[in-house]
Amino acid sequence: MERVRDILTGYTGKRHELVPILQEIQTELGYLPEEALVMIATFTGIPESEAFAIATFYSQFRLTPTGRNRVMVCRGTACHVKGAPQILEEIENYLNIKEGETTPDLEFTLESVACIGCCALAPCIMVNNKDVHGRLTPKRVRGIFSDSKGKEQDTS
Amino acid sequence: MRKITFVINGRKIETNERNTILRASLAHGIYIPHLCDHPDLTPFGGCRLCVVEIEGRGLTISCKAPVEEGLVVQTETPVINKVRRIAAELLIVNHHAECLQCVRNTECKLQDIAAYIGIEADHLQRLRQTAGDHPIDNSNPFFIRNPNKCVLCGICVRTCEEINGVRVLDFAFRGYETKISTLMNKPINESVCESCGECVVRCPTGALIIKDYQRPDRVVTTICPYCGTGCGIQLGVRGNKVVSVRGDRDNPINKGQLCVKGRFGYHFIDHPDRLTTPLIKRNGAFVKASWDKALELVATKFKEAQDRYGPEALAGLSSARITNEENYLFQKLLRCLGTNSIDHCARL
Amino acid sequence: MIRKERSKIPVKTLLLGQGTCCISAGAEQVYTALKREIAQLGMADSVQVKRTGLCHGFCQLDPVVIIEPEGLLYSEVKVDDVPEIARSFLPGERLVERLFYHSPVTGEAIPRYRDIAFYQRQQRTVLKNCGYIDPEEIDDYLTNGGYQALRQVLLEMTPEQVIKQVKDSGLRGLGGAGFPTGRKWESCYQAAENEKYVVCNADEGDPGAFQDRSILEGDPHSVLEGMIIAGYAVGAAQGYIYVRAEYPLAVKRLRSAIVQAREEGFLGEDIFGSGFGFDIEIFPGAGAFVCGESTALVLSIEGKRGMPKPLPRPRTTEVGLWNKPTLLNNVKTFAAIRWIINKGADWFSSIGTKKSKGTAIFSLTGKTVNCGLIEVPMGITLREIIFGIGGGIPDNKKFKAVQTGGPSGGVLPESLLDTAIDFDSLTAAGSMMGSGGMVVVDEETCMVDLARYFLDFTQKESCGQCSLCRLGSLQMLEILTAITKGEGRMADIDLLIELGEGIKIGSLCGLGQSAPNPVLSTIRYFRAEYEAHILMQQCPAKRCKALISYYIVPDKCTGCTACQRQCPVNAITGDRKKIHVIDQNKCTRCGICLSVCPERFSAVESVPGRLVSGD
Repeated sequence: MERVRDILTGYTGKRHELVPILQEIQTELGYLPEEALVMIATFTGIPESEAFAIATFYSQFRLTPTGRNRVMVCRGTACHVKGAPQILEEIENYLNIKEGETTPDLEFTLESVACIGCCALAPCIMVNNKDVHGRLTPKRVRGIFSDSKGKEQDTS
Repeated sequence: MRKITFVINGRKIETNERNTILRASLAHGIYIPHLCDHPDLTPFGGCRLCVVEIEGRGLTISCKAPVEEGLVVQTETPVINKVRRIAAELLIVNHHAECLQCVRNTECKLQDIAAYIGIEADHLQRLRQTAGDHPIDNSNPFFIRNPNKCVLCGICVRTCEEINGVRVLDFAFRGYETKISTLMNKPINESVCESCGECVVRCPTGALIIKDYQRPDRVVTTICPYCGTGCGIQLGVRGNKVVSVRGDRDNPINKGQLCVKGRFGYHFIDHPDRLTTPLIKRNGAFVKASWDKALELVATKFKEAQDRYGPEALAGLSSARITNEENYLFQKLLRCLGTNSIDHCARL
Repeated sequence: MIRKERSKIPVKTLLLGQGTCCISAGAEQVYTALKREIAQLGMADSVQVKRTGLCHGFCQLDPVVIIEPEGLLYSEVKVDDVPEIARSFLPGERLVERLFYHSPVTGEAIPRYRDIAFYQRQQRTVLKNCGYIDPEEIDDYLTNGGYQALRQVLLEMTPEQVIKQVKDSGLRGLGGAGFPTGRKWESCYQAAENEKYVVCNADEGDPGAFQDRSILEGDPHSVLEGMIIAGYAVGAAQGYIYVRAEYPLAVKRLRSAIVQAREEGFLGEDIFGSGFGFDIEIFPGAGAFVCGESTALVLSIEGKRGMPKPLPRPRTTEVGLWNKPTLLNNVKTFAAIRWIINKGADWFSSIGTKKSKGTAIFSLTGKTVNCGLIEVPMGITLREIIFGIGGGIPDNKKFKAVQTGGPSGGVLPESLLDTAIDFDSLTAAGSMMGSGGMVVVDEETCMVDLARYFLDFTQKESCGQCSLCRLGSLQMLEILTAITKGEGRMADIDLLIELGEGIKIGSLCGLGQSAPNPVLSTIRYFRAEYEAHILMQQCPAKRCKALISYYIVPDKCTGCTACQRQCPVNAITGDRKKIHVIDQNKCTRCGICLSVCPERFSAVESVPGRLVSGD
């Protein structure tokens, strides 16, 4: 929780900093542990229950640890009509987890997201909040994962 | 405060400005179905049941609408009935409606609404049951939280914040997953809850109920015996036993509010361990004695100590359970005996 | 203000879009390779390789290279194509014809992008600079007329004049509801408070819409300029941009734009020496569709749950952020302001229809030949957009419907294709303009499933406080799910209508009030499809797993065993070289047999309805 304390020193404790604080701590820790929520509540002067209430309201926040790679399947309309459900199913089968879960080796977390705004490339997924893969087919999905798994092993 | 006159269902009503249409109507005996409004709390506007029609403005919820001079309000139109019937039906199929086993039976706001609107079985059967199966929180020694009967009116949340200033509970999650929750959705006894029970009293359904509740057959109005604040209470008596305590809303001191002791700490009355006579220790064991004997013994021992060590050797420990006046007399007595060593158990 | 001149004026400029879509298609690598290659060939002075924030909206062709001044377009450029492209600029070399866009109809190459149908019918006004300028270089914005509107406003106009001009232009809020922008500004201007705020709503939560993201990535300064002008007009000194965290690139470009605008003195104290000061902060939203609603957005910035405040309540222009008067407009609305100031209210109001002025920006996606970001004058018909700009439906499929307005909107069938698009006509047809998503669906989309998809979305995104929205969307979802599973009842259709109407009237905020639209409009125009699911136990679009079957056509099956080996539940029987048969009782309709059946045989077919084994 040292790291949380460090992050908090960058803020003044005003109420409207709450969401940015939660975002920064999640970026640092990958999720929002209970102790962090309590510390943030004390820091911003809000009840603990409200820190939890806010963390569970916004879909960006997670209360459990995530995998090293965060896979977000877009469930926007364009993606839906172009086969996003099949893409999600394929990834679920490949990683052997359901949406919202993390692989036991903490390698991948699978989530769905309302829309990543790349509708012209539908269906698409976003990995680690930066790499967008578009025009997917169930077959291409496996390619993406075997690539990134390979890369992980190379660097380790 | 300025008086305002407005018309509801053709009837003229005079009320204070800043009142809402709902509260003014209820005060004049005009029922408008509602769940999430409570006279002690800020209006919420979530249940959508209290819709009314204001001439020239259309539908609005009456719990949020302030009264205005000359408003013409209807509470019964086809559109109103359609909206509130749907809202009520959706709430009912989302509710564990086991009314006969429910502590809140006949005192439930959802029942009132269903009865007023007139819910029909074949209407309900068209809808899908959406009630969840959430675990019941039994952790608090005094009350039970049953999310399966929760209508998310938020009265408990607002009570905890506005009445008690603690805010143990809040809305958590979103959409259909929305629930009233503590930090990390833990059992309530692992939270900062003080068990004042204010939320339990205000809960309109069976979502927050008192444990082992027995309905009283009569009510006795009295003063809380715990501390010098002097909160008004209403003891619920069944047979010859106290089975419940309610805050007396007419009492100017507490206006109906109570703390955990006043509300839930009445079991000492009939507790087998309760002392009913003074005890005097003889040969290492306490033996029952009369008040005369006991006071005589205290007086003797006081005198002995005074004679041998001087008056300042005496000390008195008083109790928060007696009134301020009695505490005043107690310190007077001790000072007459020549000591200033007086303390009090005011550790609420 | 004196801008630094470029030492040499390049002969040619290559524009490479670097938006989220472009980057995902590999535009970054192409840019780097092209720059290197041009330099190696010694042409760095004559051929400028320039990054722009965005492609020209024809996202589907990404990565795209545009060559100016000729206006040539190379599509789907790969790193391997780069040496050839670079060499083509050497004297005497020819253009790379194979990279031109080829008409899907005639197959002929179309070198100039202006000749491509996708661009021909567009009227790029607000998006004019998107795809031309480098969003991370304020100089580029300035040389394209940037901040001139602000200069004019601050030095020559009173707030009242600015508001009058916006009012006269007829601009309506482009975030969805279409509230007249000038009136909103006026109401905020009139609010008697010293402290006021300007907030830009960039919480583009509609699934299927990406115009706001595109403008923020492609031309962020136009939004800043619009906000500063708004600040001056209403009397605010601080602005906030509420932008989704799912748009990391947009956030990054906004941040750099704000820093540059501060350095150049367009933000901060005493702008242009006018005495007026204004600053802007970014607030990254944490993901909640309902925060598109004004009061929810304000609560979210304040660090609370974004639960909309019920009516009756004061308008946000009177009591908004921190209970101060707050002007809240959408990205597109702010981006349009500079053009209205520059070119005048008359010019703007000359575009569009009687009640809806100016242009509309849509994300055209789904089953059209051309997908992308488009800007069209209000009043254009759906047919012109879908079959003109969009090029119709690919793979010889039949057009079925177009969905506008996202989860708040509805579907419009073929019979309404000649509807002229504006705020009011779309609403009258049971849909809405919304934030501008336009998703075209073909015969392969099941309308019941589409309605179910949207209700699933609203049900998850409902803030949860209002019983009609929270439980109503859930109830409708349960019913729709039952129908797609073949468990529907005939009374369900009327029940959905009854619920939908009640939820529309009684819900607390815009989300609930519009949540039933996808259901009501699909029933209105595609009732037969609902009935087929319920009565015939068939999904005509062959989408709902429970209501279709897979079938091996005996005449086509050669007994290759491909499907038999892959079937996860061993539902396919038949030996090598013998006709295979699917046991319909065992089949889980996963569709693997269809996908593995070699194309030359195409023996597996999906059919609507449930077959009984032995059929």
